[in-house]
Amino acid sequence: MTTVLNPQKSLSVNPLKMSQPLGAALAFLGLKGMMPLFHGAQGCTAFAKVVLVRHFRESIPLSTTAMTEVSTILGGEDHVEQAILTIVDKYKPQVIGLLTTGLTETRGDDMGRILKIVREKHPELASLPIISVSTPDYKGSLQDGYTAAIESIVATDYGPFASDEPPTVSMKPQVTVLCSSHLSPGDVEELKSIVEAFGLTPVMIPDLSRSLDGHLEDNPHTVTTGGTTITQLKQLNRSCLTLAIGESMRKSAQILEGRFGTKYEVFPRLAGLDAVDAFLWRLSQILTSRCDHHFPLVPNIPANLQRQRRQLQDVILDTHFYFGGKKVSLALEPDLLYQTAWLLTEMGAKIQAAVTTTKSPILESLPIDNVTIGDLADLEDLAAGSDLIITNSHGTALSKRLQAPLYRMGYPIFDQLGLGQRCLVGYRGTMQFLFDVGNILMEEEAKHSPATLH
Amino acid sequence: MKLTKGKINELLTQPGCEHNHNKEGQTKNKSCTQQAQPGSAQGGCAFDGASIALVPITDAAHLVHGSIACSGNSWNSRGSLSSGPMVYKMGFTTDLSENDVIFGGEKKLYKAIAEIIKKYNPAAIFVYSTCVTALIGDDLDAVCKAATNKYETPVIPVHAPGFVGSKNLGNRLGGEALLQHVVGTKEPPYITAYDINLIGEYNVAGEMWGVLPLFKKAGIRVLAKITGDARYEEVCTAHRAKLNVMICSKALINMATAMKERYNIPYIEESFYGIGDMNRCLRNIAAFFGDEALMVRVEEIIAEETAKLDVALAPYRERLKGKRMVLYTGGVKSWSIVSAAQDLGMEVVATSTKKSTEEDKARIKQLLGEDGIMLEKGSPEELLRVIEKTKADLLVAGGRNQYTALKARIPFLDINQERHHPYAGYVGMVEMARELDEAVHSPIWRQVRKAAPWEIWQQEHESLLNLEAE
Repeated sequence: MTTVLNPQKSLSVNPLKMSQPLGAALAFLGLKGMMPLFHGAQGCTAFAKVVLVRHFRESIPLSTTAMTEVSTILGGEDHVEQAILTIVDKYKPQVIGLLTTGLTETRGDDMGRILKIVREKHPELASLPIISVSTPDYKGSLQDGYTAAIESIVATDYGPFASDEPPTVSMKPQVTVLCSSHLSPGDVEELKSIVEAFGLTPVMIPDLSRSLDGHLEDNPHTVTTGGTTITQLKQLNRSCLTLAIGESMRKSAQILEGRFGTKYEVFPRLAGLDAVDAFLWRLSQILTSRCDHHFPLVPNIPANLQRQRRQLQDVILDTHFYFGGKKVSLALEPDLLYQTAWLLTEMGAKIQAAVTTTKSPILESLPIDNVTIGDLADLEDLAAGSDLIITNSHGTALSKRLQAPLYRMGYPIFDQLGLGQRCLVGYRGTMQFLFDVGNILMEEEAKHSPATLH
Repeated sequence: MKLTKGKINELLTQPGCEHNHNKEGQTKNKSCTQQAQPGSAQGGCAFDGASIALVPITDAAHLVHGSIACSGNSWNSRGSLSSGPMVYKMGFTTDLSENDVIFGGEKKLYKAIAEIIKKYNPAAIFVYSTCVTALIGDDLDAVCKAATNKYETPVIPVHAPGFVGSKNLGNRLGGEALLQHVVGTKEPPYITAYDINLIGEYNVAGEMWGVLPLFKKAGIRVLAKITGDARYEEVCTAHRAKLNVMICSKALINMATAMKERYNIPYIEESFYGIGDMNRCLRNIAAFFGDEALMVRVEEIIAEETAKLDVALAPYRERLKGKRMVLYTGGVKSWSIVSAAQDLGMEVVATSTKKSTEEDKARIKQLLGEDGIMLEKGSPEELLRVIEKTKADLLVAGGRNQYTALKARIPFLDINQERHHPYAGYVGMVEMARELDEAVHSPIWRQVRKAAPWEIWQQEHESLLNLEAE
């Protein structure tokens, strides 16, 4: 069992952690027609926007209630109301994600009451869902804010179907897939196509693969053009199972179980042969479990996935030379840390140091004795002598100082292309990870080999 | 410094800033004092602005006293470069927890300052208040004073919590911190007859390095750079300069006016963008000193540099001639880039006047001529509309508008803070020409605008398909 160290420090040097509101905004951006609204000073939104724009290289819809000194003292009701009305008028969103910040949480704005008053004053907004979530900056990290937003998304009642919006009908069984913050748009895309390949209809929450994947639209737009639709959210009760990807999604799955009685299963990771095997095996049984047990169905694993599995086994063979015995230090958010650390361990690498941002039960099951809740200065202290560093783009300077190569994961990554589509889950994503990291390790070996020294 | 409403109003209505005078000169122009609008406001807060103004001091540590968003979401993201110390690039924050919010963060802040001094030994520490710490009432001044006395390292409070206003105001609040705690606290090791300060130039993309050699060659010494690639000590000695040169920005005008009052240092406003502006800048400085030999040296430099430029720019002028540009940027740049573009033979068909002063606007009008469009608003929709209407070849704007242009398949050049290419001075002109050429003539535009063969087929057979449907 891993010991979680949480030193209480007065000074954070080179923060690894990003804020809860940023995480919540990211989750909201996986809904279609969404405009996230930060209840705080305008800088809260501007900073979050810059981070997301640089990471995804996309225009990112975000807005602010633009709190001032005066409204901070007198209360932010008017600003919330005015912001919602302006957004509805200017951008015509299908849904608004309202999130708080350190400023308004310190002030103590009662969002439930504020929204109730706005609703009463403006009956014309009755059909517009407003998902509200509390995300103080002074608690938790990006993953916590993201998780809180997903919990709000699945707990919100979206009301009955409108007359002009018929429910979608599918003969295929529907499953809800909750995607943790460690999944990129490319990961979500892969995950979705895997689930579909088993003859199932997945509802991805959130579906970043349609909003942040980077694609050209025919017309300019000011809200998200893709993602989970409100129609899909209205019929979550139809799902026969919830697949929670990432430990942080457990509570959201429990909320769905509480509301609709939907059973759930948590898959803490989706990279590595064992993890993907287990996931596919479970998927194959959703259909077979629905048939008459007197005439059992043979579990049917799609041929292309079977082929990919054999490819992955071959890739594991080819790449293991470069992973064996290598010391790797990681600074990542809990779910991503868990997935990555185990995959590396399964390849024969040793985890030298692990730093993370926030508490999570999954931290107790890491393949290392200690994990530190800390910053990049902690990583720098612990990682000396590593063969590889894995963290976000802020790790560039420390990787130079430690003379160890850097593989970028997490948020933000602002000095690399293709983050909207990079896929590191499933058999295919695992292969991509092994190629990426294997190539880095191979190049390092070549640098230090006698052939280059002479 | 107590951050009173009066102080903020004073900063928002600087007498030297033409923003404050409308045409009749009676009422104040709204653009500075106007509050951000809920739901439609874009752009950074006062804390953001103060950081932009002060973080370029490279041998100082910059400690953000607040919850994680302020530092965690923003550190290591600005384009100011350093020729030496790197401590300014580190992210220091007290990372306030819920407990601190309830019980106060002063002790934590004091410990954080002590730890920075012990471990990193910076020339000074700038401590930034933020919304949460301003709201809970942490006494930044007292903590900084106590730490300064104890550790004999200057610890400077910066009062620019986000909710007091915009990025622009934050810039000035950063300037206030310098005026109150830094400028005039040390004497320079020596002075010369031609000492100047550069104010408002942040060495984005290393821009300053293209210009400093020109001053050196002319015999003009830059005493303090405020604050691009600055060392703390040089800012301390800024009060001994003979002239303040404000570069491309009225953001720190409060510094220029205050230094004029306190130290009797006059200031001039100049730009480094474009041949004409760069020439004018050198000539104005030389004229200020009134030294014949200096003026001659400056003329020689101008002659030499422009001759070199003519050769270097010739191929680009050929390729850029007549290309149409829509320019969207703030303040002084709205006209100084216009003249740079016209140097290259390009046509500026529209430019923004949102943050421009009356003086700026008059200049723009003169430069653009009759048909030029002056954009008051700069929403993405408005920009795209103007580009379509004017059949412009590219958009030149700040990074925030990059995806507005690219998503509409329009060539784009970044002109503001976040860019990676230096455009200042004579060398910058070549860089800008090269970038403009790359942007306009890239082979990608045909591809991203091309319809798929099946889409073309469908369009051609639309009537047929409709017929079938009927």
